[in-house]
Amino acid sequence: MADDLVSALASMKEEEALKIAGEMLDSGQDPVHILEMCRKGMDIVGKRFEQGEYFLPELMLAGEMLNQISDMVQPKLAQTSKTEHLGKVVIGTVEGDIHDIGKNIVVFLLDVNGFEVFDLGVDVPAQKFVEAINNVQPQVVGLSGFLTLAYGSMKRTIAAIKDAGLRDKVKIMIGGGQINEQVKEYAGADAYGKDAMAGVSLAKAWIGGK
Amino acid sequence: MDREWGGLSPEAKLEKMFESWLTPQGIDFISSEAEKAYQERVTRIKDAMQLRVPDRVPIIPYLGNFPAHYAGMTIQEAMYDADRACRANEKFTFDFAPDAHSSSSVPGRVYDIIDYKLYVWPGHGIGPDTPFQCVEAEYMKADEYDELIQDPSDFWMRIYLPRVIGVLEPLSKLSPMPDMAEIVSLLGFIMRYGMPEILGAFEYLVKAREEAMKWGEVISASNKKVMKAGFPMLTGGSCKAPFDVLGDTLRGTRGIMLDMYRRPDKLLEAMERLTPLMINTAVSGGRSSARPVVMMPLHKGADGFMSDEQYKTFYWPTLRKVMLGIIDEGLIPIPFAEGCYNSRLEIIRDLPKGKVVWRFDDTDMSRAKEILGDRACIYGNVPAPILDTGTPDEVKAYCKQLIDVAGKGGGFILSPGSSLDMAKPENVRAMIEFTKEYGMYG
Repeated sequence: MADDLVSALASMKEEEALKIAGEMLDSGQDPVHILEMCRKGMDIVGKRFEQGEYFLPELMLAGEMLNQISDMVQPKLAQTSKTEHLGKVVIGTVEGDIHDIGKNIVVFLLDVNGFEVFDLGVDVPAQKFVEAINNVQPQVVGLSGFLTLAYGSMKRTIAAIKDAGLRDKVKIMIGGGQINEQVKEYAGADAYGKDAMAGVSLAKAWIGGK
Repeated sequence: MDREWGGLSPEAKLEKMFESWLTPQGIDFISSEAEKAYQERVTRIKDAMQLRVPDRVPIIPYLGNFPAHYAGMTIQEAMYDADRACRANEKFTFDFAPDAHSSSSVPGRVYDIIDYKLYVWPGHGIGPDTPFQCVEAEYMKADEYDELIQDPSDFWMRIYLPRVIGVLEPLSKLSPMPDMAEIVSLLGFIMRYGMPEILGAFEYLVKAREEAMKWGEVISASNKKVMKAGFPMLTGGSCKAPFDVLGDTLRGTRGIMLDMYRRPDKLLEAMERLTPLMINTAVSGGRSSARPVVMMPLHKGADGFMSDEQYKTFYWPTLRKVMLGIIDEGLIPIPFAEGCYNSRLEIIRDLPKGKVVWRFDDTDMSRAKEILGDRACIYGNVPAPILDTGTPDEVKAYCKQLIDVAGKGGGFILSPGSSLDMAKPENVRAMIEFTKEYGMYG
């Protein structure tokens, strides 16, 4: 049954996945185990996305299935289970830009890949990033932006992180529609991710290397 | 248009549209040189669009907020002062002499008066120098497909507009128009349509119209001034892909992507329903401006958003129908494939030859030329990072490569990949001047 849940999730069978999860719960299975199976399913979804087999519709639906099962399972959880995280990432769309589709995908994929993600939202001023770095102490900071004005906002954000004496404490990655290597140089980031999976790979490489 | 219009072939209609673009009504050119320059520019663009070799590569940049920056004002100032906005756009055209002029039509005060909730704009949710942006949400609920499909105009008026335009909220209290059919149904009709709140909503529209008319007069005078000096306008009409109509401002990205799994049949049916409406929108714009070009900004079918199979199932069929409908009416669609379209190039070949111009952003232009070059004019794509952060030499190097590859044998228009917006003026100058020198044919 557990395998069925993993495969229903991975193959986008929403009704089936919810039904199986409900049955597992009713038959007294450990909610933690059910969530574990969800992770496995999400893992496959992430891999298929990485391989260009899945796209936004699948990520969105996977997120929906995960949320619904979590809601179902939550009341039966004895206490919130402590998950081991690979590391912490602070992320947000930079000041002046309210686009969040790309950023949300990165957040989702970082999350299913085992990172603890602190999403600051959209139109985030440089100072907010600095505060979050102080509070959260992440290893990685992700700056997202869709408009070309984001180049300037990214540059100012990274300068503010530097002025706060935090630049050598974090690795900074940037990404978004009009971002490339040249913008990385301009803004002073450590790397740019061409797509959402590239962001995950960067975070893994950096945190793994510590 | 004349009475025989309906009987003309698409080719004859297109020639008539080009003719009216080439010889614009009510424009007294300032000199015979200006008239000649105007006609040369239109002819150059037409030749490129129809896959011939023009005298040189046309250069038509999309401006974004560049004119405001270049003229030293904030975006907010440009959105609240039609005169200054127009002077800035004129200054751009006169200083840089591109092959077509673009005007500015985002009157901030109109949006203020109607309490437009679909966007944030400078001084209204975002800073004074930040461009307007769409606020994505589920303005149409998942269970409202049937209402949209049954009667799109009714859906727009009583459900959608009251949600996105604050002052039109009272329209949600109206009844469907066909309820008013005979003497016995008149009573209910009057009771609703005569409500004071309805009158109130229209009073706001009257106020907004005053602002819109003022704006329109300034713009129209400015456009005439620039045309008289020899610069054509490019855009005639505009419309969108049915998938984006739903995905951008009705269901939202998340909503429509989920609908592809949860209610694919409803989604497909709704897009079919919107198809003739999009054609009408485009055609009425083209007819009233007497210019053949229809701009179509495309969003959610780009590489990475969905698979090729999903593109072929959900995105392309109705987009293609819209374009065919536009072409049938003697107009030229310019779909702008924002983002990257590398994996879609084979699919989008399937349109009549020389009747559509594909504008690309991040797409590989050598692949585009190779796959589409014998079917459609391609248009693009100097990257924003080079224009915004690079040097004039880097800009020229990119343009050289672009003209060599994409410009080979005509059928090419040069522009930035997205829009000029935050570009450095020296880079804009380098792009335009280099194209004029290096882009000469023959």
